[in-house]
Amino acid sequence: MINRMSIAGRISKVVFLGLCLLATVFPLYWIIITSLKEPGAIYSLPLDYWPRQLSLENYIGLFTKSDFGQYMVNSLIVATVASTVATLISLLSAYVLARFEFSGRGWVMGAFLVTQMIPGFIALGPLYLMMSNFGLVDSKTGLILIYIAICIPFCTIMLRGFFENVPDALEEAAMIDGCSRLGALFRVLVPVMLPGVAASFIFNFVNCWNELFLSVTLMNSDANKTIPTALAGFISSFNIDWGSMSAAAVLTVVPTLAIFAFASKFIVQGLTAGAVKG
Amino acid sequence: MTVDTKDAAARPSTRRDAPGGARTSTGIKRRFNAKTALTLLAFLAPAAIFVGIFTYYPMISGSQMAFRNWNLNDLSDTSWVGFGNFQSLFDAPEFWGIVRNTVIWVVGSLIPQVVIGFAVALFLKRRFRMRGAYQAMIFFPWAVSGFLIGMLFRWMFNAEFGVVNDLLMKAGLIDSPIPWLAEPGFAMTAIIIANIWYGVTFFAIMILAALQSVSDEMYEAAALDGAGKVRTFFNITLPSIATTLALTILLRVIWIFNFPDIIFAMTGGGPADQTHIITTYMIKITQEGDYGKASALGLIVVVTLMLFAAFYLMAVRPGKAQR
Repeated sequence: MINRMSIAGRISKVVFLGLCLLATVFPLYWIIITSLKEPGAIYSLPLDYWPRQLSLENYIGLFTKSDFGQYMVNSLIVATVASTVATLISLLSAYVLARFEFSGRGWVMGAFLVTQMIPGFIALGPLYLMMSNFGLVDSKTGLILIYIAICIPFCTIMLRGFFENVPDALEEAAMIDGCSRLGALFRVLVPVMLPGVAASFIFNFVNCWNELFLSVTLMNSDANKTIPTALAGFISSFNIDWGSMSAAAVLTVVPTLAIFAFASKFIVQGLTAGAVKG
Repeated sequence: MTVDTKDAAARPSTRRDAPGGARTSTGIKRRFNAKTALTLLAFLAPAAIFVGIFTYYPMISGSQMAFRNWNLNDLSDTSWVGFGNFQSLFDAPEFWGIVRNTVIWVVGSLIPQVVIGFAVALFLKRRFRMRGAYQAMIFFPWAVSGFLIGMLFRWMFNAEFGVVNDLLMKAGLIDSPIPWLAEPGFAMTAIIIANIWYGVTFFAIMILAALQSVSDEMYEAAALDGAGKVRTFFNITLPSIATTLALTILLRVIWIFNFPDIIFAMTGGGPADQTHIITTYMIKITQEGDYGKASALGLIVVVTLMLFAAFYLMAVRPGKAQR
């Protein structure tokens, strides 16, 4: 403790942090409230900050009038498969980059980092052409393959940080006991750094769940569209139906919010570990 | 692509080799045999294959499109046109307005993000009850995609039924509703506000982590020497976290520059193309099918950002800042 905070300092702290929290949470509150109003009540003045009549009509309409249920299933499939595979692949590459010093390691890291700096749109056109050559336009498999590739670089970098916090001795002991390297990795190291692995997986999942531009470019049938593509469809029509829109937004955000809340501590750890050490 | 941009934001975690981030490697340094080498290659191969095919190949092939006549609407002639695509970009009457918008978008979003994020971090530095819960709550914008943030704010800034106008009128700050997204100046303000909302958390988290790595002894010594709060801040706090701050800002600039999602959802570049930044403009061109021109714009972005990063790093010299 350096010096005691004055009363005024304490009050300003509470007020400032309170305002920040209010500003952060309000948009979420507002979209939830909007989604729970009767469709007609959304467009009536004065605005109600609490719905006069709670109604699930927007949600019911979303599932009966559009294929939103199908979009949710599609997003769930694509995001789950892509982030699982990406996490497994990244575990392997991160392990190598964390544990071994070989010539060219800097280049591999560099090649991963560069992908994070270049605007993805430069690849959008060629990617579309390539996928159409493979016959993978409007296909979940195609989207999954691309998402895996997109997740790998950052996931590798994040996992590498977690590997470095685990002592070498652990897998050396396992290997002396007759474990293969792969066995040591998955049976000994992964359980130890499970929070880090979970955080990386969640980070991938949320990114895939939220990805918009590739999905919009590649997916065009209702059977394959993911949620963001469907949402983008909402704004291309002249009049936006804010009732369905807000219900869809709530259904999109709530799952990611729930898993982020669960994992935020580890994600923060993963993001900040490298930046401020030393 | 949201994935890319979000990841770019988080890149500081990779600055292990960065100056000031020197750390002892836990790597197994002893020489390894052929069998181990093969295992390593096998471990790296899947990642290399995926990133090579689905990231590098399209990027490189996209780059060469920039010098070709490459229009999806007419693929009969894909001849080499040199810098023709660049020329027609520079000649477009809207181009320099878009460049100006991009600068406003980056600077206007960045400065409030840094200032508010810094303040939040300073206040969060001292442990207090519910701090963990508070941190988890302000993390919330991160779970929302850029596109959805755009939609949320588009609804809140709605001229007729938007809550922003309603609150401003209730507070007596305005007499009649502002047509937020219909007037270029207001629209620019609105999209920047949405972006600030999104970005503050990142700075708060990074700066807080940096602050927590400054040793208490430094502060105790300063207090013994009779340094006041302001002097302590400028002589100890700021220099100690200068490296992290400088790198975080650089990454954010790159990231905000490449972040079209909010604008795409909120205004779509409108009204009358007045809120386009370079990347939303690039989406527009891509959607029109002119891949050649879009790729040329992409290359301009890459080169601009690389030059910026080089000059920035020379100017702030992050290595020196922290001795």
